[in-house]
Amino acid sequence: MAQVIRSPKTYDVCVIGSGAGGGMAAKILTEGGLTVALLEAGPPVNPSTDFKMFLWPYDVPHRGVGVGGKAAENFGEFLAPNGAWKIKGEPYTSAPGANFQWFRSRTVGGRTNHWGRIALRFAPVDFKSKSRDGIGEDWPISYDDIAPYYDKVESYIGVFGTKENISNAPDGVFLPPPKPRCTELVIKKACDKLNILCIPSRLAILTKPLNGRPSCHYCAQCGRGCPSGSNFSSSQVLIPPALATGRLTLITDAMAREILVGHDGKASGVSYIDRATRSEKRISARAVVVAASACESARLLLNSKSHLFPDGLANASGQVGRNLTDSVGSSGQGYFPQLEKMPPHNHDGTGGMHLYIPWWKFDRQNEFPRGYHIELGGGREMPGAGMFDDVCEQFEGYGAMLKSTCRKRYGTNIGFAGRGEMIPNADTFCEIDPDVVDQFGIPVLRFHFKWSDYEIRQAKDMQQTFKAIVEAAGGEYLTRTSTDGPYPYGIEPGGKVIHEVGTARMGADPKTSVLNEYCQAHDVKNLFVTDGAPLVTNPDKNPTLTIMALSWRASEYLVDQAKKGSL
Amino acid sequence: MSVSREKGSSGRGISRRDVLRNLAIGAAGGSMLQLIPAKAAELAHEMIQKEKAASPAGKYSPKFFPTHQYETLVLLCGLIIPKDEVSGGAVEAGAPEFIDLLTSENEEYQAILGGGLMWLDNFCADRYEHTFLECSSAQQKEMLDEIAYRENTKKDLSLSQGIAFFAKLRLMTCDGFYTSKIGIEDLKYIGNTALAQFPGCPPLPE
Repeated sequence: MAQVIRSPKTYDVCVIGSGAGGGMAAKILTEGGLTVALLEAGPPVNPSTDFKMFLWPYDVPHRGVGVGGKAAENFGEFLAPNGAWKIKGEPYTSAPGANFQWFRSRTVGGRTNHWGRIALRFAPVDFKSKSRDGIGEDWPISYDDIAPYYDKVESYIGVFGTKENISNAPDGVFLPPPKPRCTELVIKKACDKLNILCIPSRLAILTKPLNGRPSCHYCAQCGRGCPSGSNFSSSQVLIPPALATGRLTLITDAMAREILVGHDGKASGVSYIDRATRSEKRISARAVVVAASACESARLLLNSKSHLFPDGLANASGQVGRNLTDSVGSSGQGYFPQLEKMPPHNHDGTGGMHLYIPWWKFDRQNEFPRGYHIELGGGREMPGAGMFDDVCEQFEGYGAMLKSTCRKRYGTNIGFAGRGEMIPNADTFCEIDPDVVDQFGIPVLRFHFKWSDYEIRQAKDMQQTFKAIVEAAGGEYLTRTSTDGPYPYGIEPGGKVIHEVGTARMGADPKTSVLNEYCQAHDVKNLFVTDGAPLVTNPDKNPTLTIMALSWRASEYLVDQAKKGSL
Repeated sequence: MSVSREKGSSGRGISRRDVLRNLAIGAAGGSMLQLIPAKAAELAHEMIQKEKAASPAGKYSPKFFPTHQYETLVLLCGLIIPKDEVSGGAVEAGAPEFIDLLTSENEEYQAILGGGLMWLDNFCADRYEHTFLECSSAQQKEMLDEIAYRENTKKDLSLSQGIAFFAKLRLMTCDGFYTSKIGIEDLKYIGNTALAQFPGCPPLPE
């Protein structure tokens, strides 16, 4: 029989996952005086060797597309070590018709190593949307409860933006924004004509030095990982201060298998697989914080079955894995002839848009509930593989004509990505697949996913808006979408936007929710979940900032409870 | 830290890795601005170019395509993105090597490109009694004018496999060209460097 190796030490807390939620928990808990074992399923990250900033495509034989051209599907070979849509030896399954896409990370810092750094606060109405329109559930907290934590997170990680007084897009503690790019000015002008809001974006990138981190150097390559740490990632901004306390033990290549429970019904530690030796090890802890990413956390809870918790840990409500949502995504692009006249200039900027379109129809009656925002891209970016796919498709041909068309068209396209709110529905959830385990013997997730008419109407509205903006600017809208089939109006398959949340939602009622307002399990008081799983709604504001604010709040509460001896 | 700094100041033995490590150490130490000048980025590029120049540049041996097919590929790449008065073409930009490397690693590309090249020779043999490579340039142009446009399947359905092949090759040739130094300079891209401030948009021409 395989030997299980138990750690001799009992930690105050075992945190599972080192991304936005877990990294923040590790920082706040250790700074609060607690000892923490942080389990990360992947290897450490080393910015000086792992980050590919400043490489040209021609500096590597595969020119950025990776072996066999296959890195392109995971955003290219220059991306920061981060994750993939498929992980060898670690499958997941989709129920017929679901086609859920799950981007998983196995690296210190998790998906924060590459994320878009879009840092938007949820609005007051987002916490009480059921009270407003009768759909879904309200949160057990209000905007006022979380606002001080938004302030703290922004002040610590650094977010640029501007005060705008838009009720649906609350202002935060902002660094100055970078100047707009030409492409963004063109869009802004068109939006002004159409009475659509277009304002400086809010990204977790430093435009001034902050907390020992230098200002951005405007190379537009945040996604590759920033060797100077001028953008936010958990690996560079949250884990180092936690390690500096001397109270953090970071254990890498540790794949959590099960949360262990004592006779008293409380969590007593975590069993994990050490990848290097494929052996099982155990960590003893007085409290456990699960932050493995929303679906991975649901999987871990569901796999933590015992005679006390036969349906999985903290699952008396049956809500673990339920209420899964992703953002509604639909994209398009336009050609803008006026950009052909632009002289060559540096268009790089920060690694993301400098202007964006927040939801602007929040006080109107629309054909769908809730709303979406629009992200902008394109222009004179660093050329890369795929840049002229559209030119090739549209103009075909070859020779001098093709070459001159590419030259003329370079920098003249602007891309739009709509990101909207999905309403949880009964057909969308994840559960344990009864037939499949991963290479470590851990049962895997099976996904069920369905867009409802709400989301499809939203995608339709996105396409109409993109077209209206392009035409108002005198451009040509290039994207064609079908009105039927599984993905009408270009709506992305579920999971594709990588904003999956909701699988262990918080709530005031233990019968319909998994966690209380402090991300503490109703059923197990020394168990917390601090990733995207606690989110009750998934508004059109990318979830990472809110994950960190909730994690900070939950971790402060945990420290306080631990000091009082109430866990 | 002091070690790599000394290397940097002596100008010898510094690698891109050293530069990036310096950036990272500076960030951790919180005093970094003096280390992030645009020079750092330039230095990283220079190092890579030197490392490349140091390796012997012999004749390329294809990893996937047999000699005849590879020669055909080179010819096609040059026809798709030719050299002109502004810049070199896809061949000078290394597109054939890039395509061969990816194809050697990807079975899907092997079928469409390897098979496509054979289709092209068969089609030319039927029509001109030569392989594509042996055809006159007028014949080659006639052939490409047919497979370069989807529209042409309407008049001749037998062209459709050739059109699919050429569409894929055109995409990969563009990728190979526009990821090269020649291609990037052809587009007059400016960037991939460290700036103290982002200058914003220059005045839009009237």
